[in-house]
Amino acid sequence: MAVRPLGAVPLEPPRRLLTVTVDGAETRVPEGATILDACRANAVDTPTLCYADNLTPVNACRVCVVEVEGSRTLVPACSRTAEDGMVVSTDTDRVRHSRTLVMEFLASSVEMDLTNADVHRWMAEYEVHPERFGAQMPELPADERDRRDPGHHHEPLDPTVAEGVAQPVKIDNELYVRDYSRCILCYKCVEACGVDAQNTFAIAVAGRGFDARISTEYAVPLDESACVYCGNCIGVCPTGALMFRSEHEMREDGSWDEQQQTVTNTICPYCGVGCELELHVQDNEIVKVTSPWDHSVTNGHLCIKGRFGFAYVQSRREDDPTRRRAGARDRRGSSESASD
Amino acid sequence: MQAGPSAAERAAVDELLGPPTSAWDGALERSEFDHRVARGGADARGDRDLLLPALHALQGAAGWISPGGMNYVCERLTVPPAEAYGVATFYAMFSVEERPPTVVHVCDDLACRRAGAETVIDRLRSDDATVVASPCLGLCERAPALLLQRAGDQVDSALAPVTDDALEGLIRDGVWGDADAGPESAPQAWEAASREGLRLLRRIGAVDPSSIDDYRAHGGYEALRLALEHGPEWTLREVTDSKLMGRGGAAFPTGVKWKAVAEQPVRPHYFVCNADESEPGTFKDRVVMEQDPFAVIEALTIAGITTGCERGYVYIRGEYPLATERLVHAIEEARRHGFLGDDVFGHGAAFDVELRRGAGAYICGEETALFNSLEGKRGEPRNKPPFPVQRGLFGKPTGINNVETLINVLELLRIGGRAYAGIGTEGSTGPRLFCLSGDVAAPGVYEHPHGVTLREVIDASGGVRDGRAPKAVLLGGAAGGFVGPDRLDVRLTFEDAREGGYTLGSGVVMVFGDSADLSDTCLRIARFFRDESCGQCVPCRVGTVRQEEALHRLVQGRTLGSRADELALLEDVARVMRDASICGLGQTAANAVQSAIASLGVFGGGEADALEGEAVPTRTEAQES
Repeated sequence: MAVRPLGAVPLEPPRRLLTVTVDGAETRVPEGATILDACRANAVDTPTLCYADNLTPVNACRVCVVEVEGSRTLVPACSRTAEDGMVVSTDTDRVRHSRTLVMEFLASSVEMDLTNADVHRWMAEYEVHPERFGAQMPELPADERDRRDPGHHHEPLDPTVAEGVAQPVKIDNELYVRDYSRCILCYKCVEACGVDAQNTFAIAVAGRGFDARISTEYAVPLDESACVYCGNCIGVCPTGALMFRSEHEMREDGSWDEQQQTVTNTICPYCGVGCELELHVQDNEIVKVTSPWDHSVTNGHLCIKGRFGFAYVQSRREDDPTRRRAGARDRRGSSESASD
Repeated sequence: MQAGPSAAERAAVDELLGPPTSAWDGALERSEFDHRVARGGADARGDRDLLLPALHALQGAAGWISPGGMNYVCERLTVPPAEAYGVATFYAMFSVEERPPTVVHVCDDLACRRAGAETVIDRLRSDDATVVASPCLGLCERAPALLLQRAGDQVDSALAPVTDDALEGLIRDGVWGDADAGPESAPQAWEAASREGLRLLRRIGAVDPSSIDDYRAHGGYEALRLALEHGPEWTLREVTDSKLMGRGGAAFPTGVKWKAVAEQPVRPHYFVCNADESEPGTFKDRVVMEQDPFAVIEALTIAGITTGCERGYVYIRGEYPLATERLVHAIEEARRHGFLGDDVFGHGAAFDVELRRGAGAYICGEETALFNSLEGKRGEPRNKPPFPVQRGLFGKPTGINNVETLINVLELLRIGGRAYAGIGTEGSTGPRLFCLSGDVAAPGVYEHPHGVTLREVIDASGGVRDGRAPKAVLLGGAAGGFVGPDRLDVRLTFEDAREGGYTLGSGVVMVFGDSADLSDTCLRIARFFRDESCGQCVPCRVGTVRQEEALHRLVQGRTLGSRADELALLEDVARVMRDASICGLGQTAANAVQSAIASLGVFGGGEADALEGEAVPTRTEAQES
């Protein structure tokens, strides 16, 4: 479960170097590195969805698969440790086929439009055509998917539409929403809620097969669960299934505009730990708080205060109209990349 | 959630875990130490593997897993409720919604479907019974079958075959005796003429499965005595010399596996008997466990002691109540006679066995999923490497074999490894159990040496019921493939199978006569894999759904594009599942459908569309990757 030290001085003995061949080019990686590390060292672009640098790989999405000489099946690059003399191919017909199909499977069952730019680029590069499995299934009634029993067959109502996970957004608290129509079941939120960050264990994967879903016990609302609202699940969610309520509402009313947003880096003032915050600001309002995943203190994870306790900043500004205007002018357009 | 357990739920959990020791872990009354001592924590977390038995206790007490009952178990074992809920909702035999204390699981899988399962379901539903359609219950030789899952004082039991009389009796009285594997389950073994020369089935029909003395009178515990007298090195050499290969489908050399476990410096080691036989059409292990349970325990004891284990587990599928009962009895008897325990047979070696029940999940027959299930987690397979012999159950070196593989060890020690290697063929030694079902005259478990042809196996079971050539044979199970009537002379060995692109799998030989609707069969297989996918990896979770949808479209004639387009789509789906799924389930989930399209021309496919001779991997070859 160890998260590799990020940004900090590595306190490890020197490691043996292994020689790995990636797409014909020999590359040297330290012992313990993964195939993905070797690909990156070689500047080979490898799509990933369930992988995150600050979480233990679960290799569930299988979009990073590569061909390894001597292996009958494809191998997940994100978790397979490199071995000396390993010969890896990332651009074969077999690899491309699997990557394409994995993305088609996801895009035909899940709403993917809020994934990051990398994912959109990969979908274009791998010529993903989710529509070839039929039209997407319309939204299911609320809670329908939460009540499906494992192993009890749900006959496709209409096999010409592709079964999907569309369902109403779960809004049961003030801080964030869960839009499981966007959930690709990457397990990241479960890991962040569990041993990789928060150790709260408020959510887990429930159900089985296509009906597997992220759930609290008996699908109770978050405020009846063990949730402590650290929001680390939002921090790691790659598809926008978990989202600040403020962001969700702004998106609903059409006012969310990432082009207009700036990011201000600061240190959380609540305690002495020194977590770095990225305040996402639109129209001089903080609309979202994140932390850089490679920050040595946070590894991208925060607590409820750092993530959601920013209201006092706004109320002070409200009291002082001159400051508000000055602040707004300074920040607008000051940052190239407004969001992560 | 704040709910607490009912008295019955609390009693059932306490019977399993013992009474709670402090208010911390759920006692109602505080002791004088309570305010200073908190028990639970690391100790209780070390008991996480008791989560599955505890959930069984709740389900058995109340007929469902209530929030209060689950909270109590979570308190006792220090398991987060969300995780326990994730585990409970993984298994088909658990319900997290209230339901009546009696639920009838009617098998509507391949064999039972052909034998009228739909009628049984309709009849029971019209009588207001709580009925669920079940995947294969492993009673295919007596199809159609059903399983009665009961809460409270009564235990689960199976009924097969469900004749009209039995069904009316069930509806009228609600009770019946257990469906016992009798003569019709292993016709060879129960007939004097054909039982000569049987090795794996030789005690079946002759021995009283409840008596350890009778077992010993029939040569039982001779192999263990030999193993203890000669020591582990000798046993290992005999197993290696025998060239015994795993019968789960992977055909991995048993001697190599045992040696790898024995040599691991990390301790402790574990040995697991995989009795989660759930492959549709497979029932051989059930018949062995029901009729010769001591043999399973003896063989597991030999395996454990030879590989340096002090603890072994039998993981049996939840739908086998009679086999479970007989194995539990056998373990108790063996322990009582000193054949299990701190000093097995007085030779100084310690070994004991614990039996764990699954709860309705095909995937838990995959070895790493089985480990997770046994550890109290969701039965999701792990990535390999590391392999079980390096890091298996509880992260320790673990040997795992299925029931049939293990009982072969008794035979090879009895006659000697080299003599055993002389049975069968060069590459596939020893006898083999086959599960004959479908349209054959006398379904049941049959034993033949490797090298027998498919035609001979079918003929030995009385041949096809209508006397004509079968339309198709499903060989190896749902993860196996179809063989057409033109290929009945294939030899059943590992090497022939590898070359010919078929698989022996778990020894399933399901025969489909003239009247069989093969597209319906394909659809049922697709449905099976969709229901049994664990949902962890995308290729299998979504691929099994897309496969079923495409087959529905073909059957209904509502194709997206042409039929050829749909067949190409199915092949694309098959390919990604085979290449990129985590485990053998996903990797083989398209085998049968693809073979039906390619070699039988179902759905308008044909040889021209075949996979061009590409060998289709078996479920468990995948496990060794």
